[in-house]
Amino acid sequence: MRSRTRIARAGRGLLIPLVTVVLAFIAGGFVVLFTGHDPFSTYGAIFDGTGLNWLFPWVTGTARTTAAFNLQQTLVAATPLILTGLSVAFAFRVGLFNIGAQGQYTVGGVMAVWIGSIFPNMNPVLHIVLAIAAAALMGAAWAAIAGWLRAVVGTHEVLSTIMLNWIAIWVATYLFQAGGPLQSTTEAGNPVSNTIVPSAHLPVIWGNPLLQGLSIGIFISLAAAVAFWAIMNRSTLGYEIRAVGHSPDAARGAGISVARSYAVTMAICGVFAGLAAATDVLGWEFQISTGDLTISQVGFLGIAVALLGRNTAIGTVAAALLFGALETGTSVRALNSNVFNPELASQLTLIIEGLVVLLVSTDLIAVRILGLPAKLGLGRPRAGTALDRGVPDEAATAAAVTEGLEGKLEQGV
Amino acid sequence: MTLSVERPRLAAPAEHRRLGYAAAGLAAIAWILTLPPILVRTPLPSIVLGLLAALVGVVVATDPSHRRLGACAAGLGLIAIPLALAMTNQTAANVRIVFTWSAVVASGLTFATPLIFGALGGIISERSGVVNIGLEGMMLMGCYFGIFGADIAHTWLIGAVLGMAAGGLLALVHAYFSIHLRANQVVSGTAVNLLAVGLTGYLFIAQYGDNGTPGTLPQVPNVNLPVVTHVVFFGDAFGHTNLLTWVGLLLVPVVWWFLFRTRAGLRLRAIGEQPLAASTVGLRVMATRYVAVTVSGVFAALGGVYLSDGFDGSFNFNMTDGRGFIALAAVIFGKWNPFGALGAALLFGLSSALAYRLQTFSQTLGTLFLALPYALTLIAVAGLIGRSRPPAASGIPYVKE
Repeated sequence: MRSRTRIARAGRGLLIPLVTVVLAFIAGGFVVLFTGHDPFSTYGAIFDGTGLNWLFPWVTGTARTTAAFNLQQTLVAATPLILTGLSVAFAFRVGLFNIGAQGQYTVGGVMAVWIGSIFPNMNPVLHIVLAIAAAALMGAAWAAIAGWLRAVVGTHEVLSTIMLNWIAIWVATYLFQAGGPLQSTTEAGNPVSNTIVPSAHLPVIWGNPLLQGLSIGIFISLAAAVAFWAIMNRSTLGYEIRAVGHSPDAARGAGISVARSYAVTMAICGVFAGLAAATDVLGWEFQISTGDLTISQVGFLGIAVALLGRNTAIGTVAAALLFGALETGTSVRALNSNVFNPELASQLTLIIEGLVVLLVSTDLIAVRILGLPAKLGLGRPRAGTALDRGVPDEAATAAAVTEGLEGKLEQGV
Repeated sequence: MTLSVERPRLAAPAEHRRLGYAAAGLAAIAWILTLPPILVRTPLPSIVLGLLAALVGVVVATDPSHRRLGACAAGLGLIAIPLALAMTNQTAANVRIVFTWSAVVASGLTFATPLIFGALGGIISERSGVVNIGLEGMMLMGCYFGIFGADIAHTWLIGAVLGMAAGGLLALVHAYFSIHLRANQVVSGTAVNLLAVGLTGYLFIAQYGDNGTPGTLPQVPNVNLPVVTHVVFFGDAFGHTNLLTWVGLLLVPVVWWFLFRTRAGLRLRAIGEQPLAASTVGLRVMATRYVAVTVSGVFAALGGVYLSDGFDGSFNFNMTDGRGFIALAAVIFGKWNPFGALGAALLFGLSSALAYRLQTFSQTLGTLFLALPYALTLIAVAGLIGRSRPPAASGIPYVKE
């Protein structure tokens, strides 16, 4: 009986995001239609651009080569999205909103490119491990500032992570700009970092290493997703995190240190975001320019990825694959510009992503369209208290406020 | 925890608090001494004052109930010394160029204006109980449609109206999902942001292509104050301020008065704190929240109109560049109070303006100064403000009984 319920629940958990995505694509199709293009041929071209047609055996010859290249790009794009998605999702599970994945990604990237470029003759395995560890630790340290502030001082993490994002971007810009301390030693005058040395390159497993082939970074992402699941569902820490996320007051009553949960959770979020930067820098980017710092949206897209993935490990992986595919399929390089202007298509991607997130924000699909009972709680991400306030004497404050308001209401109304 | 233990302790901490703030003030004076118009050219007095502030801060910090304030004051005292040294090391002319206060204020106001609008919108929405992460997107809608309207109707007024309507419309989407469908408001707000980036980008390319918006659009005018223009400091600071900046500054007391001095404002706050109680006495929770969220979108969009059609005269992809989120930070920093948010917005604006001007000192280090507003805010929030409590019901969907 129990297993059947679980299967049914898993089925619905799969069905709802699928319906959501289909609906968002239909809505996006109308946008295409209203602006005077054919939605079917547009979506067809975008699908080909994602490289997913590589999976069809009848695609052969040069089309197959192109498809393989595009599919590699889809997976390359999905790799950091999985990790930033996990970063945001992990925080949501304890009831925190990590807008700071972008900043954690930035500082992680700085460390990865620095460590990756300063040791010219190191053992490759050692070098890669060192660079990845440095990026992860730097991300963790950066995120831990927000976690610590929330735990000890009570500073709202939305505020502190937004500030930390900007501090990270400007400090990194300072480091890599012309005349900056970490600016390239070979390209004087260019606002770029040093290029990382070959010993720190992640091995490419599919495709041409010179043309952004797929590196082992994808396995780092998948391993991180497994670690996410294991920590969340099979460890005491995960139990505490879920308890705090469900109700900080109840968790505190049960003897769990809410402050410690917040601090540890944020540090782990930072590890995920730092790893995301490491996979990018060591996998294909090899160099960071100051322009990259402000253009990169990987951390912010992680929010959407986490929300579509309902803050679970497997869901985040699936959502990142979808977003990575959309990003690649609508890119200037992959989309056939005779069918649809790639610049428009990239904006269409954002619209579709927005619609997807909008639709997963509620039970709308579960209740209104599929006719499922509302109480399943599947349509809503497991955030519970995303913007929880965590004031210790909350109940007392609320009571005082109620009294005050009632007094005023009697006078006023 | 009996009252007899608590009471005697109350007198001393109050004194310590005053002492702590005095130390922080001393630290500020230590730096201000070396700036125009005083412009002391030797660091000695500043070093003495900074050390004194640090000392007093340490004394205050020994009181466990004011540890944070004391530590903050001591830190400020220690920061003031290198700052003063930096000023006295520069030539007097250089310092004068950077700290031309009237220019700092004028450019600070341009930085602060979109934040003021956004923050006022955020306050109205959150006071009614709906978290509005979507301010950024609503502002962006104002940016695009403000320019688009000014382009097609050849008058900035239509642009402003169209921009506000677009922002309000996007806010309605957020309202429908978070109020009617009881969506997670953070999720819905994030979605609205993504939608706005995509929608404005799509329309921008479809309408204007690669050429961008035309260079000669009717812009929101500046207000040239007739008499003030000739007064020494005020002329440069406020003499040619944009109309929308004045509107934003004027809206601050208006929103405050509405929230805290009118019956409708009280009802709005009641709904944000205790919707069930408010509903019991006959208030319309859903309808009020719809209006509040829509108004917040209109406000944020007006900030966007200022950004595109008031300041820049053009539109570009995602041109709000996180300003909606900074406005959100100003809401929290300002403790959901319009004047508090104004203070936060001005702090951001003035320190951003200063940061850009500090690049005169050193081109390389100048970039680092750009992080200053954010670092200052983080320190201020962590050290001096501490916890700020949102409206009790904000973020929680209301279920009608």
